[in-house]
Amino acid sequence: MADGSLSDAFVEFERVQKSYDGETLVVKDLNLAMPKGEFLTMLGPSGSGKTTCLMMLAGFETATHGDIRLGGVSINNIPPHKRGIGMVFQNYALFPHMTIAENLSFPLEVRKMGKSEREDKVKHALDMVEMGAFGGRRPSQLSGGQQQRVALARALVFEPELVLMDEPLGALDKQLREKMQFEITDLAHRLGITVVYVTHDQTEALTMSDRVAVFDDGRIQQLAPPDTLYEEPENSFVAQFIGENNTLEGVIKEIRGGTCLVQLDDGDLIDAKPVNVTAVGERTRVSIRPERVEFNKDRLSPDAHLLKATVKEFIYMGDIFRTRLSVAGNDDFIIKTRNAPDQVRLKPGQEIEIGWLAEDCRALDA
Amino acid sequence: MSDATAPDGSVLAADGTPLKRSLARSLRLQKTRALLLVAPLLIFVLVSFIIPIGAMLFRSVENSQVADTLPLTVAALQDWSPEAGTLPEEPVYAAFVTDMIAAVEAKEHTKLGTRLNYEQTGMSSLFRKSGRRIKRLDTESGAPLKDQLIAVDKKWGDVETWATIKTHSVRYTNGYFLNAIDMQRTPEGAAVQPEDKRILLKLFGRTLWMSLAITCSCILLGYPIAWLLANLPARKANLLLILVLLPFWTSLLVRTSAWKVLLQQQGVINDILVWLGMLSDDGRLIMINNQTGTIIAMTHILLPFMILPMYSVMQTIAPSYLRAAKSMGATNWTAFWRVYFPQSVPGIGAGSILVFILAIGYYITPEIVGGTKGVFISNRIAYHISSSLNWGLAAALGAILLAVVLILYWAYDKIVGIDNVKLG
Repeated sequence: MADGSLSDAFVEFERVQKSYDGETLVVKDLNLAMPKGEFLTMLGPSGSGKTTCLMMLAGFETATHGDIRLGGVSINNIPPHKRGIGMVFQNYALFPHMTIAENLSFPLEVRKMGKSEREDKVKHALDMVEMGAFGGRRPSQLSGGQQQRVALARALVFEPELVLMDEPLGALDKQLREKMQFEITDLAHRLGITVVYVTHDQTEALTMSDRVAVFDDGRIQQLAPPDTLYEEPENSFVAQFIGENNTLEGVIKEIRGGTCLVQLDDGDLIDAKPVNVTAVGERTRVSIRPERVEFNKDRLSPDAHLLKATVKEFIYMGDIFRTRLSVAGNDDFIIKTRNAPDQVRLKPGQEIEIGWLAEDCRALDA
Repeated sequence: MSDATAPDGSVLAADGTPLKRSLARSLRLQKTRALLLVAPLLIFVLVSFIIPIGAMLFRSVENSQVADTLPLTVAALQDWSPEAGTLPEEPVYAAFVTDMIAAVEAKEHTKLGTRLNYEQTGMSSLFRKSGRRIKRLDTESGAPLKDQLIAVDKKWGDVETWATIKTHSVRYTNGYFLNAIDMQRTPEGAAVQPEDKRILLKLFGRTLWMSLAITCSCILLGYPIAWLLANLPARKANLLLILVLLPFWTSLLVRTSAWKVLLQQQGVINDILVWLGMLSDDGRLIMINNQTGTIIAMTHILLPFMILPMYSVMQTIAPSYLRAAKSMGATNWTAFWRVYFPQSVPGIGAGSILVFILAIGYYITPEIVGGTKGVFISNRIAYHISSSLNWGLAAALGAILLAVVLILYWAYDKIVGIDNVKLG
């Protein structure tokens, strides 16, 4: 999955490596192919190489090894200003000495476009982000959200086919961020542009993207649509990084068909779905989402293995209840239950038994 | 809960006093404390800066020497006018002798001579000579003092002498300022100085022109260095910054003298050029004791003052601006010229103001490497303060220099805007 080669790829990374100091690789063997019109997010912790990849695509960093292609043409030796890629920067990089209209006009001026055509396009782009009335202002006179819109309009005004966004919503407050997430995806789909979006915010990645590439340690750990990524993580890093997750460690006892039996370190047995474990006796880390854990025996199959758990803490969060349990030596085992009228509110100290469907519990690499 | 309001509409505090007064009272202690904290600096600035400048401005118009030393003469001269071309009458001479005797008692007559000597050469020796002989004059017999005085020195029989005394007897004079711009105060009003005495306007012009040249060469040399400082990795930038600051840790005199060694005709640069065969031995360049020498040495000395403000401004220009410009299709040059340069202008402005104002009043370097053709107005001011002792003229020159700087500052504010200046 990680090399995802496509026949109609618009953006392609082939065996790309990057090193700054000649001693360590920041990006190790990156392979990625994107079709036209896709919204792809590079998600990962800081230092995982995602921004470096974006900068290589934009042309501000050169790949140490490998080939980057845009529309089938290798762009390794094309300087940034000839690549025709729109870009939205983390701090917007709106030129402070120009008005909003001048900022938007800049990419058109350097393309030697006529004055009246420029004015039309600037007006159109500003209207598109609902900033038509602000053309005469300076960037410093705008709020963060308004600057964000202008930066977006500026990246789109010269009609690039590919737009790169480097954590563009990082400086906004939560409410505005959610609004802008929607606006950006809406605009991208309406205009049919291809977007590479970099973020370390997983919610942003999940809600906005067609596909998400999870980066860690200079590699793509998994490249998949958001739902697949959340429900079917391929390794422990992705399972840990995306969403909240409970892990238990043990050894594979038995693999049969689609399920396996895992013996936890304290001897208890649990059901799981083998994902990247292959042999009996192999060490594994099983991962289960808090909302898939069940403590009402009526809802579990009769032959399911159950684990004893002690309630450590009960947190009322409005729409859900979040309960911290001690399970098989893990004191941070979280379960989430919906706040429904008939929902049980667990009390600290209470002893319960928990279980789950085998396919919700994924046995991953240790 | 509603706010209490007085009948006149002003808001009242909880205890019924007007809110404004209440606020002022609550802030009074804070304000007093803040004032006490800055008091030492305030007093220092007042004593060492405001008062001397005030005194200088006062001295450039103050002229009570003649009126104080020769009060009776000045009063007697009221009715006399030099235009008629005749000498004053006997009462004036009598008053002068009385004044002079008192002045010799108080040893004031030589000072007066010096003062009048600024306006007309020969006055100093005239007063000295007359001072020695004034007591020997016969004031008892009623013999005309006019003749006796003319007998002491025939200059007392010269209309010019009395005209000078009358012209400069006012307590506040524009004479020094007129002198400072190559004019003089005459009985007929302001007049242009004779050709051979007109040097100050030329010096002012040269000072402005050379300061401008120094500022420009500092900008040209400093900009790339400031850019490097702001864009190199921290370790290299720090090393470079130390190199930039190194001159600050060396004595100004040492640096200037070093330029003398380098630039003189038998100096290092000429020797190397001759050795390389680029110059013939008798075609050695004259790079010192002229304007070239002053400009080179002062550019070197003032360069850090240009680099540092530029550097601090450039540091704040995020690299993402250039990247954004390039991503939008701008070439390296366009991105620099349209995006980076305009943002660095405040640094250039700050550096230019600093360098220009320092250069315009510079003294030591032009004195050492400037020869006669490369000296500034400040060297002339120093001459009048320490050699000719014409402090009034020195003060007038200083006041004009101050006014020029203030006008330029004002013009700069109008054109560039002082808000656009960042020193850090």
